[in-house]
Amino acid sequence: MATKSIALTGVDRDTRPISEKLHDWVVTVDHKKLGILYILYALLFLVIGGIEATIIRIQLVVPHNHFVSPQVFNRMFTMHGTTMIFFVFMPMLFGFGTYLIPLMIGARDMAFPRLNAFSFWMTAFGGLLLYFSFIGGNGLYGAGNAPDVGWFAYAPLTSRAFSPGHSTDFWTLGLLVSGFGSIGTAVNFIATILCMRCPGMTLGKMPLLAWLNLVMAGMVILAVSPLTAAQIMLSIDRYLGAHFFDSQAGGSAVLWMHFFWIFGHPEVYILVIPAFAFVSEIIPVFSRKPIFGYPVMVAATVCIGFVSFSVWAHHMFTVGMTSYANSFFTITTMVVGVPTGIKIFNWIGTMWGGKIQFRAPMLFCVGFLFQFLTAGLTGIMLSASPFNWQLSNSYFVVAHFHYVLVGAILFTIFGAFYYWFPKITGRMYNETLAKWHFWLFLIGFHLTFDFMHIPGILGMPRRIYTYEPGRGWEIWNLIVTIGVIFQIAGVLVFVFNLLRSLVNGESAGADPWDAWTLEWSTSSPPPEYNFAKIPVVKSRRPLWDIKHPEDPDWKYE
Amino acid sequence: MSSAAFARPSIESEWVLPSRGRVGMLSLIAAEAAIFTIFVVAYIFYIGKSLSGPMPKDVLELPIFNTVCLLSSSLTIHLAVRALRNAKVRAFGLWWFVTIALGAIFLVGTAREWQRLIFEKGLTISTNLFGTTYYSLVGLHAFHVTVGLIALAIGMIFTFLGKVKPEHSERAEIFSLYWHFVDAVWVIVFTVVYVVGR
Repeated sequence: MATKSIALTGVDRDTRPISEKLHDWVVTVDHKKLGILYILYALLFLVIGGIEATIIRIQLVVPHNHFVSPQVFNRMFTMHGTTMIFFVFMPMLFGFGTYLIPLMIGARDMAFPRLNAFSFWMTAFGGLLLYFSFIGGNGLYGAGNAPDVGWFAYAPLTSRAFSPGHSTDFWTLGLLVSGFGSIGTAVNFIATILCMRCPGMTLGKMPLLAWLNLVMAGMVILAVSPLTAAQIMLSIDRYLGAHFFDSQAGGSAVLWMHFFWIFGHPEVYILVIPAFAFVSEIIPVFSRKPIFGYPVMVAATVCIGFVSFSVWAHHMFTVGMTSYANSFFTITTMVVGVPTGIKIFNWIGTMWGGKIQFRAPMLFCVGFLFQFLTAGLTGIMLSASPFNWQLSNSYFVVAHFHYVLVGAILFTIFGAFYYWFPKITGRMYNETLAKWHFWLFLIGFHLTFDFMHIPGILGMPRRIYTYEPGRGWEIWNLIVTIGVIFQIAGVLVFVFNLLRSLVNGESAGADPWDAWTLEWSTSSPPPEYNFAKIPVVKSRRPLWDIKHPEDPDWKYE
Repeated sequence: MSSAAFARPSIESEWVLPSRGRVGMLSLIAAEAAIFTIFVVAYIFYIGKSLSGPMPKDVLELPIFNTVCLLSSSLTIHLAVRALRNAKVRAFGLWWFVTIALGAIFLVGTAREWQRLIFEKGLTISTNLFGTTYYSLVGLHAFHVTVGLIALAIGMIFTFLGKVKPEHSERAEIFSLYWHFVDAVWVIVFTVVYVVGR
């Protein structure tokens, strides 16, 4: 293993001037560098989005607080939502996919390396465009004006009359530009996974991460495109005076809702399916067992992909639809819970009877299992339209979707960081610090988002900038904000751990987890060409076959 | 999923995967189709909902000649690709040029139609919902024709420079998928805008 670190020290001895090294990163088409760029970019925006969330929570910690003005509060929740969805989770998951997919399917790069670079820079410029609104929003005469229309930007709030200046245009263009990047990445993922697999890797032998990202990419193509179309319409409305969403001229505000949520709901699954992918790789390795029910996992994922396109109007129960529409979307929403439940069953089935090692990646995945189940249960509650009429637009909904986004997706992202950090950097992280990160973040998460359900049930609407005392909301808001402190502490430990391990970490070797997929067969970090010789695989666990020639997997699959 | 996907191949046999260009183009077409779907849905949703004139039946005329030109360009690009596959580069250049000409005629026709609507009939994108949806949908399609024409023109330049060889026939074919898609979208736009919407 020690010899494997030679490649790493070779990189360290790169004596070129810093400008040339940076130039390398800007013009690179290597999927590993682009993957790292995606991840770093997403981490930067995670901090920015986190600061915005903290501002929201400080404002709400006590009634009648004056920490920020109502106008700033509106900008904060709009920017927080938009940033976290489009500029944290999407690039983070694309980054891991870009880095890992070619390595896991035994390829030397993506199908279209230049498209890969193009997609990253589109996403990056989309984020810059959105944040430029802080200084350029009012048209450069000094007063900044970020978007304040909420992350789903319902009409007519986005019309010229209610959103003067350019803030909404920055929002629209930022999402449009990054949307082109997302579609490019999705095209690339599909072409890579279908056309670049190493010999022997049939679709049925692909790692689940590749399968799940294939489904995710297909969903991006079908879901992000409607958002792109809707953003084009909104731009035409605002710049050319068209009437798509202008009810004064016969246009329909509800049409925007439909178009947005046709994107918006599949988007949740676009984010959670790569999270499932991480879990499906991490749990088997730390349970020392192959994944339980591989074909069922694939089928359940494809099933989720299909069903998630017919549930969007459950975001619109309170708008007033026909009873048939309400029933339809209630039923489809409940149906999507079935394949999801199958997946949870299979992950637990994988752990059952295994020699479980509770290293940091596994801890985050176990946290994910419990929290994702809870999030799914509140989801089933909200899918019943009469219940939804009571709690829609309350903090109960906010707590529900943060349970998915933080409790499920962010937890698995942290797990993925620890799991693949040795591969990406060649260094081992510090396990003690990682466990501190896990427990601090777990406590913070549960303080914040468990107790956030209660003011929602008590009737506290989302997006209010302050509230009256005496409604029984004070104590819950206080606890929710206290949880933020623990989460910030956890993230600080995480960042410190990454930076410290990057410099001082022990050399990890090619395969620190005794894992089974192809990325662990090459050195850490992998050379630019990934594999000196393109591997040939015969089973779903090619490294198991190599390590156990007396009892290879392909005899049983 | 077909059972064939799970069948165990013998490793020694040739390992054949789909062409990445073709898969990439088909994925892109799927994304484009989703974008067009939203615009078509908006068009259909707003048929007859304009609060003021002019209405489609007053101002729209069937663009038969345009349609014939665009649809036949699908045939000519197919002939061009087939010629290149059979190593007939001159025939390829000829059919490729005819395709460009037919696409250009279509664009000119759209431009003349728009000129008539704007300056004679007073219909702009901000006049009413019909104007909003009509110019957006037809304009989005015309934009795709324009992009296709630019790509075709680049191919034409390479042909004049003598750089196009029979081994490029797959690239030409992958591009032709895009062109066929743009034509197919026109069939839907024609049906929705000029038949159903009138």
